[in-house]
Formats: sequence, C-alpha cells, structure tokens
Amino acid sequence: MSHTFTLDGKVVPFVDGQTIIQAASAAGVFIPHLCYHPEFKPHGSCKLCTVKVNGRHTASCTMRAAPGMVVESETEEINAERRALTQMLFVEGNHFCPSCEKSGNCQLQATAYHLGMMSAHYDHFFPNRPVDASHPEVLLDFNRCILCSLCVRASRDVDGKNVFGLSGRGIKTHLIVNAKSGQLADTDFTLADKAAQVCPVGVILKKRQGFAVPIGERKYDKAPISETAETTEGH
Amino acid sequence: MHAEAVAGVVDRVINRYRRDPTCMLQILREVQEACDWVPPEAIDRMQAMLGVPRTKIEGVAGFYSFIYTEPRGKYRVLFSDNITDRMQGNRALMERLCNNLWVERGKVSEDGLVSVGKTACTGLCDQGPGMLVNNYAIAGLSLERIDEIAELIRNKVPLADWPPAYFKIEDNIRRADILLNADFKPGEALLAARARAPSDGLNSSNMRSWREGLPSGIGGPGATLDEIKRSGLRGRGGAGFTTGLKWEACRNAQLKAGHQRVVVCNADEGEPGTFKDRVLLSKCPDLVFEGMTVAAYAIGATRGFVYLRGEYRYLLDHLNAVLANRRRQNLLGKDICGLPGADFDIEIHVGAGAYVCGEESALIESLEGKRGTPRNRPPFPVTNGYLDQPTIVNNVETFAAAAMIALKGGEWYAGIGTKQSAGTKIISVSGDCERPGIYEYPFGVSIRQVLEDCGATDTQAVQVSGPSGICVAEDEFDRIIGFEDIPTAGAFTIFNKSRDMFEVARNYVHFFQHESCGFCTPCRVGTSLLKNLMDKLHYGSGSPYDFAEIEKLNQLLQSMSHCGLGHTACNPVLDTIAKFRPAYDRRMMQQDFTPAFDLDRELSAARQMTGRDDAGAHLATEHGGQS
Repeated sequence: MSHTFTLDGKVVPFVDGQTIIQAASAAGVFIPHLCYHPEFKPHGSCKLCTVKVNGRHTASCTMRAAPGMVVESETEEINAERRALTQMLFVEGNHFCPSCEKSGNCQLQATAYHLGMMSAHYDHFFPNRPVDASHPEVLLDFNRCILCSLCVRASRDVDGKNVFGLSGRGIKTHLIVNAKSGQLADTDFTLADKAAQVCPVGVILKKRQGFAVPIGERKYDKAPISETAETTEGH
Repeated sequence: MHAEAVAGVVDRVINRYRRDPTCMLQILREVQEACDWVPPEAIDRMQAMLGVPRTKIEGVAGFYSFIYTEPRGKYRVLFSDNITDRMQGNRALMERLCNNLWVERGKVSEDGLVSVGKTACTGLCDQGPGMLVNNYAIAGLSLERIDEIAELIRNKVPLADWPPAYFKIEDNIRRADILLNADFKPGEALLAARARAPSDGLNSSNMRSWREGLPSGIGGPGATLDEIKRSGLRGRGGAGFTTGLKWEACRNAQLKAGHQRVVVCNADEGEPGTFKDRVLLSKCPDLVFEGMTVAAYAIGATRGFVYLRGEYRYLLDHLNAVLANRRRQNLLGKDICGLPGADFDIEIHVGAGAYVCGEESALIESLEGKRGTPRNRPPFPVTNGYLDQPTIVNNVETFAAAAMIALKGGEWYAGIGTKQSAGTKIISVSGDCERPGIYEYPFGVSIRQVLEDCGATDTQAVQVSGPSGICVAEDEFDRIIGFEDIPTAGAFTIFNKSRDMFEVARNYVHFFQHESCGFCTPCRVGTSLLKNLMDKLHYGSGSPYDFAEIEKLNQLLQSMSHCGLGHTACNPVLDTIAKFRPAYDRRMMQQDFTPAFDLDRELSAARQMTGRDDAGAHLATEHGGQS
C-alpha cells in the first residue's frame, strides 16, 4: 500500500516496509550515508544518515517509514552533526586523500566535500594499521577502514564466503579476514567477489590499477555524491 | 599445551554445549579456563566442530575483555579500577604486586607465569580494593595481602589451594526490607500463583491453557499477570519500564512454528558502584529463580537464562547447585508444582567483561554467542528477542520483587513506596562513609537519609546510579530515590570534600571509552575524543576551548549514538562541570587554546627505554637553567 511522509517539507511516497532512506532515494532525495548500500541489509552504524523524525534523531537506514512522519534532513543542525561524524572518521583512521589511489572514487572523501568539511578539526589518532599485500590481485589497506562492514555483509550474504569480519571492541574494533594467518592470500577471496566491489573507502584495492583513471576524471570529480547514482563501482 | 591436548579440551567443552554455536562465548570461556588462553589451535577445532567461519569466532573472542587470543600468564591478575578502588589505593597495590613479581603492568612476565592489569569496577566497592585472579574475585586487598599473593604466585600455588579467606565475599546487608528480609520458602510463590487461579481454570488446565491462558483470559497465568500489573512494579535495571506491560506484550506476541517464549534474567550488573545483584544472587538465589519461574508461568515461557557477569564467575557453581536443587523439588523442569504443561528450566550463561552487554539487546546477542552489539530497534525483544523468539529481559531485583508479588499480591506491593514508584529499592552504598554495603529502602527515601544511615559525613557529592546516572551536590540532598525524581539501578557512590570531582569524572570517562562497543561512529570515536580532552585537562593543558569541545561532543553523543552508553557517556563530565566547576578551573592553566602535545611527556617512552628518569632527562628542567 502506498502512503506518504514529509521530508524537509517535501511529500515523499513510500510502500510498506520501506525505510526512510529507501523512500527518499526513490524520490530522488539524497541523504548522506556510508554504511548503507541499497543491495544490503541496513546496518545503522556510521550514523551519517541520521535524520530527525518528529523531532527525534534516528538513523534513516534502519527506521521504517510511517504515514505522516515529519522528517528533517538537510538542516544546518543535522549537517553540522554529520560533518562532525565525518571528521571523527577521518581522525580515527589514516586518510591521506592526496596520495590515496581511491581519491575521487571515495565515498568518505565525497561526503566530506558534500558536507563542506574544511578540516579534520579533531586531533588525529594515527593508529598503526599494517597493510596486507599478500593477495596476488588485491591489496588491503586497513588505514582507511571506517568499519561500515559492507565487505562483511557482501562476503557473507552474496559470496557465501565470510572472508571478512570485525573483531576487537570500541576504538580497537578492526577488520579481520578468515584465515589463521590473518592474511588475505590464505582465504578464498577473489576479485570477482561482490565484497571486492563494495568498499566505500580505499581499503579493498585492485592491484596494478591505481591511477588507470587519472585523479580529476573520477566519479566524484565529475559530479558530487548527492547527484551520483547509488553504486560504488568506481574503480 | 600440545595441540592434541587443546583439541581434547575443545571437544569436551563443545560436546557439553551440544555442539551449539549459540554457546560460542561459553565455549571460549571454558576453553580458556582449561588452557589459560584461547590458542589458535582451539579456534581451528571450534571452526571444524561448530561449522562456523573463523572470522566469527575471532570476532566474538576479540570483543570480550576477559577472553584472550594472545597468551597471558598462568595467573591473570586484574585490579578493579573503579573510582572507589582508586580512593582505596588500588594504584599503590598494583605497583607493589608488579614490583614484587618483576612484571610490567599490562604485560606478561617473561616466564609466562603472571600478567597484571586493570579492569572496570568488579562490584566489590563495599569491600575494596578488589581484584580478579583468573576471574575469581578477591576483596579487601591490603599491602600485606598483596605480598602474600605475590608469594603464592611465585611459588606456583594452584588457585584452588589459596587461603579460602581471600575469596570470602561479604554481603554487608545494612538495611533489609521486603526482599532481603523476605520470609520466603522455595516454591511458595509458585503455589500462591497457582492458588490464585480460579478453580475451574486450574481444572481445565492443560498445556495450551497453561501457556496461553483460558479463552476467557482469567486462568492462572492471567491472574498472575494481573497481580504484577496491579503491583505497579517497574524494572529495577534503571530505565523503569512497567514490568506488567512488558510481560503482557511478550505473552501476546505471536509465536512462530518451533519457537518458544524466553525469560532472561539480566545479572550483568556492570555499572561502576553497583553490587546489589551480587548480594541478591548470593543471599537469595531461590527468590530470584522463583521470580523467573513466576514470569515464565505468567507469559508462557519454557526457556530461561541468567546472564551472569564475568566478574561474578565465583557464584556460578553455587547458583548451579541451587538450580539442581530446584529441579529435584519440581520447581523447575516438567509439570512444575504439578501443573500439567508447566515446563520451564534455567541455564546460566557467564559474560566475559563487556559492560555494554547489560543493554538488553546486546545481552541477547551475547546469549546467542555473538559480539555484544546493541541491536537496531524496533523490533523489540518482547516480540523478536533470543533467536528471534518473544523474550523478556528483566533485572535480578525485578524478578525477586515479582516472586514476592506472586506470594503476597499486587496490592500489598503497591502499598509500599511512593505513588509512581511502588515497592522497595536496593541501593549499593560505597565511597566515603562508615558503613558501605547494601541498603533496602521503600522508594521515596531521600539522599540525606541514606547518607545519615551509612555514616557519611562531610559529603561533597553523591553519584547516583553510577556514571550513567546523575551527580548530586550538597544542595540537592533532599531529593528522593524514585522514578518521580532520581531513578537508579542502585549505585550510590559517596565523595567527601577531600575528593577531586574532576578525577571522578575522568575515571568515568575512561570507563565509557573502554566499554564502548565500537559499533557506531559517535560513541566509538566520540568517547575516545572525550577521554583525550579530559586527559588534556589532567595534564594541565586545558582551556575554555576544551570545555566548548566537551559540550559539543556531549550534544553529538546524545543525539547520534546507537544506544544508552553513548547517550549517557558525557553525563558525569557535564554534571561535574555544572556543579564542581572549581575542580576544572584549577586545571585551566591557559585562558587561550593550548595544544595537547607536550614535548616532555612525549619523551617518556625514551626515558623508559633508557631507564633514566632523573631531572636531566626532563625537558622542563633543561629550561630551568641546567648547566
């Protein structure tokens, strides 16, 4: 059955079972997000897609739409909070955009641009996260991991392989791979896996491909993230 | 330990848990008890026998503080590091033990014998400082006892042969009321609940009517539920949700094929400063288990769990013995009290050092053998809880109260306490007072009354309900404990005027940072940023700018966090800023911004490496005109 709610004053239709972000994106309204991907079960961890529903903050990727909801998204208050979350993600890892081969194809970077983030603001944590270059085709650069768990979900739900998982707790939470050695080369991961395609940042990188498309001519160089279709193939 | 021996241990444990992957945390915990850590070979074996990916096992093992995937000592010593332990001098004791054993804090000794570290509050604040050795609690530490413990460890005396007096944990009940003084015999509450059913209801009782009630809805279970509703009982975990409504919602939830209803007792009391559930479980376990059975009767549940916090591991064998005894008395098992179809049993799961598992949905995840991350809600546990089945999660004290309500009726209970807060509340009193311990009061007792009763003088502040609660200053001591004023899970931590409230807040902030589950960005990163800011103030580099940052972080944590941990993480800081500002002002060396970076402090690693800590090794001294 079809109903509607309002999003920043605009009437948005939805069908039963749709979340706010699903209905919004079907209606052509962009809500910033990083851990959400339309093909996967919502996770609700990055909190970038937080909106105010009837005055209360909630993640729009996990919240089901309901008739008559009053949703606020593009307000100065909420965008300032989203900006702060983005800054937190930047200082928590090691993100060196100018030298990162994902630059221009990176959702974190594009989201930061979208939100007008001018600096990292907080003191950097500079964590020590060694790179895993063991796999012949793919490089894992954990420095950029934002713990969105899209690769975990893709590998588990689509590839049926469970190559990735999260371990640790709190600020020590980190991505692990399914091998006693802890190395990607010792898993059954291949470039054809769905999990190889979904990373919104530059953790899962195809080797020998880095700058095939020059920086400046990449996905988000051409159009801001708010105007680009909901896929993450970029590279 | 050889790989074969490890495999033998794993096989034995896994088979005892019916090769059930939902028992993963219990399996990890027991494997560790046998092997001292969880070696990679154990994970190999678990992977093969449970048929789950390695990422899943390592993900779970990595989440819990008390599971070790790196070798630790044969003796794993963890000092409780709550603010009250600090006030009682835990730091000096830890240093003493480290010196005695020639081991560095947080590291394993070179011979692999011992590791010494710290952990969050162990629930022994009334008899601190406390510690855990291989997860067994030792209270009342002193320099003398530390020296003795060092000697026992050095001589490799098995923990079982240590003096039993070390492991004696006192109940310290100072004021008892309807629960702690309950005139109660096991089975009485259940018989009273059964007697309350109309006789025709009882006669026509069969499996269906026991679970679902009579078509008219007035059968035994319905009558019990009515008493609970009549009593006005609200959850004792702090949030205060109406128990009758929760139970009714669970009872009314649709059961899918093959599903059953589940009763969970939340005994994961991890809020720093609270220990009343420990005392309830040690003094009146039958009352708690009976309350769970009453709940099962009321909602039609067949399966029950107690989620016992890892710090209370020492209670496990005793509690299991009580359960076995109840099975013998037909108070658990099949056809309980002769009621056909009244089938219910209770299993105890032990946590492994994760505060966030006290949140009900995280607790359920943990019960399912997963990482203890709070779920997205809705759906709520009452409809989609343990393994997606309708589940109620209630506090230990709630179940104890429910048993008494089943016994004596809802009206009796509603007559105690205040209008909005029926019954009594058990308060865990610790900190600066003469008689720390357990106090049970009817709701509505004032802070001042509690302070008077426990012999607190010269009190500066009381932290009610632990760090996620409220810090109350002297001018608020006439406020009352109750849902209409200050709701509490039970912690009551007293600080006299000699205490530095900034350090209190800083201790709590470190706690939240350590206990954040890491799932959502605002809490994972925000609590770390907050900790860094508090440390910056501690080191004397604070400025008004930092206060503004703390305010902003608080706003963000409150609005964007996934669960209550993030929502409340800033509370102690904001309360102490508002009420004890001079404690902060003292630390503000600068009126303008000062960077957190301190060159001399950065050299501490170099000083440690060179083993040199004289004046000349410090930068400030150089500036001071060293020749």
